Amino acid sequence: MSRIGGAALAAVLLAAPVWIWSPYHLHILIMAGIFAVLALSLNLLLGYTGQLSLGHAAFFGIGAYTSALLTLRLGWPVWPAFAAAAALAGLAGYGIGRVSLKLRGAYFVLVTISFAGVTQLVSVNWMDLTNGPLGLPGVPAPSLAVPGLFRLSFVGKTAYYYLVLAVAAGAYFLCHRLVRSRIGRAFIALRENEALAESVGVEGTRYLVLAVVVSAALAGAAGSLYAHYTRFVSPEVFLFSYTVTMAIMVVAGGKGTLAGPVVGAVLFTALPEVLREATSWQWQMVLYGVLLILIVFFLPKGIVPTVAAWLRERRAPS
Amino acid sequence: MDTLLQHLLNGLILGGTYALLGIGLTLIFGIMNVVNFAHGEFYTLGAYGAFLFLTVLRADFFVALLGAVALGVVGGAVCERVLLRPLTGESIDTTMLVMIGVWIAMQNGELLAWGGVAKSIAHPFPQAPLVLGPVSVAPLRLFVFGAALVLIVASHLLIRRTRLGKAMRATFQDRETAALMGVDIHTIHTVTFAFGSGLAAAAGALLGPVFVVSPSMGDLAALKAFCVVILGGLGNLAGATLGGLILGIAEELGAGYVSSGYRDAIGFIMIILVLLLRPSGLFARAERVG
Repeated sequence: MSRIGGAALAAVLLAAPVWIWSPYHLHILIMAGIFAVLALSLNLLLGYTGQLSLGHAAFFGIGAYTSALLTLRLGWPVWPAFAAAAALAGLAGYGIGRVSLKLRGAYFVLVTISFAGVTQLVSVNWMDLTNGPLGLPGVPAPSLAVPGLFRLSFVGKTAYYYLVLAVAAGAYFLCHRLVRSRIGRAFIALRENEALAESVGVEGTRYLVLAVVVSAALAGAAGSLYAHYTRFVSPEVFLFSYTVTMAIMVVAGGKGTLAGPVVGAVLFTALPEVLREATSWQWQMVLYGVLLILIVFFLPKGIVPTVAAWLRERRAPS
Repeated sequence: MDTLLQHLLNGLILGGTYALLGIGLTLIFGIMNVVNFAHGEFYTLGAYGAFLFLTVLRADFFVALLGAVALGVVGGAVCERVLLRPLTGESIDTTMLVMIGVWIAMQNGELLAWGGVAKSIAHPFPQAPLVLGPVSVAPLRLFVFGAALVLIVASHLLIRRTRLGKAMRATFQDRETAALMGVDIHTIHTVTFAFGSGLAAAAGALLGPVFVVSPSMGDLAALKAFCVVILGGLGNLAGATLGGLILGIAEELGAGYVSSGYRDAIGFIMIILVLLLRPSGLFARAERVG
């Protein structure tokens, strides 16, 4: 993207609460931002190292519960709870990575699914800690205060939008720096040809575990953002449909690109809202399944790479 | 002691159907190199198939079971022919994503077709349990176990003793060489997927009357099938059979002695433990089918 394009995009996003006056549309944009963080997080694994995690809802849920429990039960302020949510999810990612990344591919998928299954069962059954299926209401909204000067509360949608935008931009730049670095090149090398990468000294398992840790921490941060936005956490945060939605966003947007997951996140947060008017939730999910199949068949690279290639081709002859 | 025996028996009966699920999945993975995330949906298809034949077509119970299996076989064949054959040679991730799509579409299709309310399947067996010394068992469960056992033995015979089974094993060992020797790989793939899906449908039709039938029943079934396959080692038929029985017994014991709320976590924990300690499966010598 050119510098002017980037600046224009930033201006449009920063001014969004001005031109989007409906709180409902702003809500969709906030959710899109949270999902963009999730999609970026999954993309780090699926797109750059080639390992598919189908347990990302677990890291999301761990983040949401950590943040909610620390603020509700221990009275922590939101910001350290946010950091702790990312850290704990990252720690869980470390454990999962160490266990499963000696093996790759299908095994990794299965371990991540199992892990998500266990965490969901724990959230339902450990009544004392999680309040079971009833969930945890009254999660506080974050606020920013400099004593004696000002106090900014993120209760309103506009303020929360800027918070989510900041975190999403932070996640984007973190991923950007990471994949352009030596570490990112190691990820890609492992995806393309592991044996060859190892032969030039890239330690496969170590880098893959690192990818899982960063990815899980990002998902945990998204979970914390979600908890403090909806102000309510229940075992539903572990729902498999969250993971599926993330996977569709990454694959449809374009895995292995940075813009792809973000485009996918915006598109697939808005699409269900548009479809909601027309069809029921079940039809939507059927459509999601069919869409995933169609994308694999007809847009295997995803939307962003396909559009980018098309634009290059158009520009080339002139 | 008597409770322990009872738990063991219940576990064994449950394990028989887990083994059916696992065998289908392990064959599909071993021979086609496809991680079939839609496996649980063929299980659901079998259960609803049985329900459909019984209530709408008013078929006999046993005919309905056969009809359900046939539905699974045909559904599997169609799925392989339409979605997987065009992707032959694509990476395992690609087919996995397609199967995830099939899973979501099928599950929500069931939800649309049948609604979210669980259905129960009527069966002709007496309700009174059979008392065998210290343990008792419902006649229906005994039938389910017997039928599962027959199907397991039949699968082993098919793979080990028939010409088709030999072709399947050859395809597993070396696809190219098998093709050069005149094995029609495409047909083997279709047959394998149809056979595996048929076994899953059989498990669903058999367990449907024991529990209730609901659109999301396949999710847990699929996870258990994956657990069984990992316990036994990917592509290992005998391993899947034993793995199924072990999982069934472990779940019964866990639910009986630890906590019934965590019954479904036992499979997950076993997956993680096995991958940690013996990643090639509990019974692995070398990777093989049969």
